[in-house]
Amino acid sequence: MLDCKHNAELLSQSYDRPITLRERMAMRMHLMMCKGCRNFEKQLAFIRKVARELPRKL
Amino acid sequence: MSAVDPDALQQHRSYLVRYAILQLRDPHLAEDAVQETLVAAIENRSKFTEQSSLRTWLVGILKHKILDMLRKRAREPQLNVAEGEDENELVDALFKENGRWASPPQTWNEPEQSMENTHFWEVFEQCNRRMPLNSARAFMMREFMEMSTDEICQELAISTTNCWVILHRARLALRECLDLNWFGNAR
Repeated sequence: MLDCKHNAELLSQSYDRPITLRERMAMRMHLMMCKGCRNFEKQLAFIRKVARELPRKL
Repeated sequence: MSAVDPDALQQHRSYLVRYAILQLRDPHLAEDAVQETLVAAIENRSKFTEQSSLRTWLVGILKHKILDMLRKRAREPQLNVAEGEDENELVDALFKENGRWASPPQTWNEPEQSMENTHFWEVFEQCNRRMPLNSARAFMMREFMEMSTDEICQELAISTTNCWVILHRARLALRECLDLNWFGNAR
């Protein structure tokens, strides 16, 4: 069973490499049960969006 | 008459300097990179096609100049020392020994609206500057210059796994900083 620390790593890596089906399933299972990690998931998406918008905000 | 004349270039200068500072974190180096970019732009002005905007074309040149500078600096050993970064300190502080969050991330209120707020962008830039140098460099290559993970690993001469670890740490650090300094989830 995936813990928050490893789930967070995988969530982050999903922005940098293709995630395997198995990893995706493990993350989904964890996220169903963990509000903190669901917040983290949304926040990572937001951080990506903000960082990629930054060149247009300079 | 070419669209690339010195007056047109000067209009983009301050933007380019800000762009370079974010990646190089050194105003003098940033100035040098921009100067070289403008010189290269003049020399190669016949290559500019108006299919892209002048700014986009200049940023393309600037990215190469920034990478050249980072490469040069990487060869100077005294500058390559990781400024006392304790690699795992942050991760250890964020998670308990059983792998759970020490304090689970709280909801961020209306994050999309923040992007309309000028002050939010200042906080975001400050948070970038506060990241450890190696993390910030890799993160900005990935998100700001939109390089692939493979390109970044090559550029920084590190393994792919190490690259993922560094990028993850950067996101954790940035999340913490925004959480505390913008979304007000002070603990």
